[in-house]
Amino acid sequence: MATVLAGFRDGWIVARRNLLRYTRLPQLVVISSIQPIMFLTLFNFVFGGAIGATVAGSGPYINYLLPGILVQTILFGSLQTGVGLSRDLNAGIIDRFRSLPMSRSAVLTGRTSADIIRSSLVAMILLGMGYVYGFRFQNGAGDAVMMIALILAFGYAFSWIAAFVGLAVKDEETAQLAGFLFIFPLTFASATFVPTATMPQWLQVFANNQPVTFAVTAARHFALGTPSGGAEWKLLAWIVGILLVFIPLSIYSYKKRS
Amino acid sequence: MKYAFELKNVKKHYGKVIALDGVTLRAEEGKVYGMLGPNGAGKTTIVKILSTLIEPDKGVATVAGIDISLDPTSVRKTIGLAGQFAAIDEFLTGRENIYMVGLLYGLKAKESKTRTTDILERLNLTDAADRQVKTYSGGMRRRLDLGASLVGHPKILFLDEPTTGLDPRTRKELWEIIRDLAKDGTSILLTTQYLEEADELADKIAVIDYGKVIAEGTSAQLKAKLGGDMVEFEMTNEADYRKALEATKGISKGIKSDDFELTIKIPVKHSATDLLKITQIVDRAGVKPQNISLHKPTLDDVFLAITGKKPKHKLPVKPKRGKQ
Repeated sequence: MATVLAGFRDGWIVARRNLLRYTRLPQLVVISSIQPIMFLTLFNFVFGGAIGATVAGSGPYINYLLPGILVQTILFGSLQTGVGLSRDLNAGIIDRFRSLPMSRSAVLTGRTSADIIRSSLVAMILLGMGYVYGFRFQNGAGDAVMMIALILAFGYAFSWIAAFVGLAVKDEETAQLAGFLFIFPLTFASATFVPTATMPQWLQVFANNQPVTFAVTAARHFALGTPSGGAEWKLLAWIVGILLVFIPLSIYSYKKRS
Repeated sequence: MKYAFELKNVKKHYGKVIALDGVTLRAEEGKVYGMLGPNGAGKTTIVKILSTLIEPDKGVATVAGIDISLDPTSVRKTIGLAGQFAAIDEFLTGRENIYMVGLLYGLKAKESKTRTTDILERLNLTDAADRQVKTYSGGMRRRLDLGASLVGHPKILFLDEPTTGLDPRTRKELWEIIRDLAKDGTSILLTTQYLEEADELADKIAVIDYGKVIAEGTSAQLKAKLGGDMVEFEMTNEADYRKALEATKGISKGIKSDDFELTIKIPVKHSATDLLKITQIVDRAGVKPQNISLHKPTLDDVFLAITGKKPKHKLPVKPKRGKQ
C-alpha cells in the first residue's frame, strides 16, 4: 500500500515537471493544435463536397469528420510520450531518476499523464474549431463526455506503446518516425475520414477490424447517435489489452539494468 | 572497517566489448577517492554500477556496506550522482530542478524548499535560481547538476568527470566546492582524465585502463613513480649545453640530458621556487638557453611510467550524448 501511494506521489511530481515544461513552451501546444486544425479545414472544405453525399445518417460531413480527426489527433499526440522519454534518456535525466530512491513506474506514469492532459487541451481547441465549422453533438452532453473520455482513454493506452518504443529506440527522431509509420496506416486505412465500404475487399477486412475504426465508430456513436455495432466494447477491450501488455513491458524496460 | 564503497572482482561487458575486467577496489569513508583513466577505460561503467544504474555480470559491489544487487533502493537513499552530462531540465528554473529532485528523494515539500535554497546559496546560484536553465553557462549547469545530487543529504557522492569540458577558472571553482564537501565528511568518488585534478582533490587514486586497476595509491606514491615535475632547458649549441650540464650537476637526483637534442631535464620538488633557483644557476654560468619550460606530468606520463605505453584511447561503448 505504501509503495502504491509513493508511486502516485512520485508520478505526480514527474507529471508536474512535464506540465511545467509545457507551460514554458506554449508554442508546443499551439503548434500541435495547428496541424489537426489544418487537417480539419482541408478535409472539410477540399473533400467535404465530394464525400459529403455518401455519408448517410451523419448529417453534414463535418459531423462525420470531427470525431475521426479527434481520434487521429490524440493518437499523434500520444507519440510525444516516446519522443519525450527518448529526449530525457539522451539528456541523462532518466539516469538521474533511476539513481534516486523513487518509484520505478513514476517516470512513465508521470510522463503519460502529463501527455494526456496536454492532449485534452488540444482536443478542446479542435472541438471549438469544429463548432465554428458547423459541427454539433446530436446526443446531449452525457454522450459528448463519453466520447471525449473514450478517445482520451484510447490515447492514453497508445502513450504506453509510444513509451515502450521511446525507451527501445533511444533517439527522439527514430521514436517520432517509428510512431508515424505505425499510426499513419492505422488512421487512413480506417473509418477516420471516409466510410470503409468503398475500399477494396482485402483492405476492408483490415479496416473494419482494427482499433482506430472501433474508436471513430464509437466516437460517432456517442456524438451523433449512429449505430456502433458494439465498437465501444471492442475499443474498451483494446484499451485494456494494450495497457495490460505495455505498462509492464515499458516498466520492465525502464528498470532493466544491463 | 566499513568502506564507503567496495568492488570485488567486478566484471561487465557490453556485447563483445569488455568494459570491466575484474575490478577490485575499496574506498575509505569520508575520503575523496580519485579514479584516473582515459576515455573508455571503464570509469563511467564503475560509476553506473555503484549508483545502481547497471548490474555487474560478475563480482560484488557494495555501497555503504549494502550490496547493490540485493538492495538497490537502500543504496539509492545514501548516494548522490552528478555526471559529465548535466542531467537537468533546460526549461525548468534552477530552483525547480533541485526542488523536484528533493521531493523525489522523499523530502517533504517544506524541507525540500529550504534545502534547495541552502544549496543554491552554497553553490553561488542564488541570483540565477529563478531563471530557466537554458540561460545558464556550462559551469553553472555543472554546479546545478552537482546541487541536485546534494539535495538528499547523500553520504556518498559519485562525480563522473565533473569538470570535463570546463574552462580552467570554472574548473577551479568546482574544485573548491568539492573540497568543501569533502571537509564536511562526504565520501566522494571522483573520476577524471586529468592527473592534476586527481592530485588536487583525491586522498587516494586508482589508475584505470582497459577495465582494470593498473595502479593504486596516494598522489605522492604515484608521483614518486613519475619523478614529479621537471624543469627542462633547451640550448642552442654544444658549448652552452656542456656549461649548463656542469653548473646543474648534483642539484637534484635523476637529471636527464640529451646530447643530440641539447636538452637537460631536472626533477624538482617545489616547481616554481626551484625553477627560479635553477634559472639563476644557469644564468650565472653564462649560458643563454633557447627555451626553459616547467613540465608537469600528465595522464600520459602516468601510463608511460606504469605500463611503458601511452594510453590507448578506446572508443566509448555508447555514443556520446548530446545536449538536450
